[in-house]
Amino acid sequence: MHRVHAHRDQRAFRELFDHFAPRVKAFLMKSGASEGLAEECAQEVMATLWQKAHLFNPERASVSTWIFTIARNRKIDALRKQRRPEPEDLPWGPAEEPDQAEVMVLQQECSRLSAAIKSLPDKQRELIERAYFGDLSHSEIAAETGLPLGTIKSRIRLALERLRREMK
Amino acid sequence: MSGVRHQVNDTVLTAYAAGELPEAFNLVVASHVSLCDEARVRLETLEAVGGSLLDTMETEEMSYGSFEATMRLISERPKEAIKTRQAAKPCAVFPQPLVDYVGGSLNSVDWRPLGMGCKQSILKSSGEANVRLLYIPAGAELPDHGHKGIEMTLVLKGAFIDGTERFARGDIEVADEHLEHTPIADIGDDCICLAATDAPLKFNKLLPRIAQPFLRI
Repeated sequence: MHRVHAHRDQRAFRELFDHFAPRVKAFLMKSGASEGLAEECAQEVMATLWQKAHLFNPERASVSTWIFTIARNRKIDALRKQRRPEPEDLPWGPAEEPDQAEVMVLQQECSRLSAAIKSLPDKQRELIERAYFGDLSHSEIAAETGLPLGTIKSRIRLALERLRREMK
Repeated sequence: MSGVRHQVNDTVLTAYAAGELPEAFNLVVASHVSLCDEARVRLETLEAVGGSLLDTMETEEMSYGSFEATMRLISERPKEAIKTRQAAKPCAVFPQPLVDYVGGSLNSVDWRPLGMGCKQSILKSSGEANVRLLYIPAGAELPDHGHKGIEMTLVLKGAFIDGTERFARGDIEVADEHLEHTPIADIGDDCICLAATDAPLKFNKLLPRIAQPFLRI
């Protein structure tokens, strides 16, 4: 991701594309898009990734998290034809130098989360998937997922506090 | 910003992270998160779950020439599309997502009287749910109401008391149809709220009920 942003490196972008585009496409199809629409939207999501690479903050999100938010917004726009109100931006971006140690920890925690999701019992994993792909009524969403979210939470909190300090 | 005592619950926040709420509720949650760092942390954590789901998903093969088509898309997109939202803060009461919907600051709101000094302004959103700004004078009661679906109320200015709970700026109250509540604006200041409902409110007194179709409550 760094190479895509700093060096506009097309080969690095291709690697991200090959990994994520087929997943974004699958995500959109699971959310109810036709194959054609999902293909089109997946291309648009990846184009946005290239264009907005400078907005990516590795201290606060993993690459997959960031792509998920872009794909989700595209889904709302394309499938539901609605605007997506987003929380107020915090002034993040190229000005701050991300703390590499923090970036590493967050990455490791996100990998741990992915591993945990993979190893969930089928029923539980399915419940979480349904919550994110929209065929779960709100009352069905389980509050207790048993996923290891504690450290990720505290890392994000730390990154936000750092941002707030820098703003002052 | 700290001091928020009533945060949005996990069910609603998960649905927001997943992009599964109606637009009206999205606006309330986005405004709440803008005013509450702790809710922002929880939201970004739930988005991390979405990222991990995406990462561990089965794949769908992309079409032939898809990467090249994407590169063409990039070269064709106008440069303006990259611009970020400006950091200037045009309103001390409204967070940015609300400024976008109102089309300006508190001064730009097109208020309509509701009686007893209360005012409302309905904002434009998709049809599944309604979202409005409410203005309740200090010490006044919001017309007695129950509702058929979920109602979500975010305080932007002043405070209101509902039963034994006090809700101040940044606080959110989520009420379902079983709750018959009568929010009263705290005496200290006039209260401004952002409220979304997924079904029309039903008023319990005869007069407001007659007025309901006209007021679009």
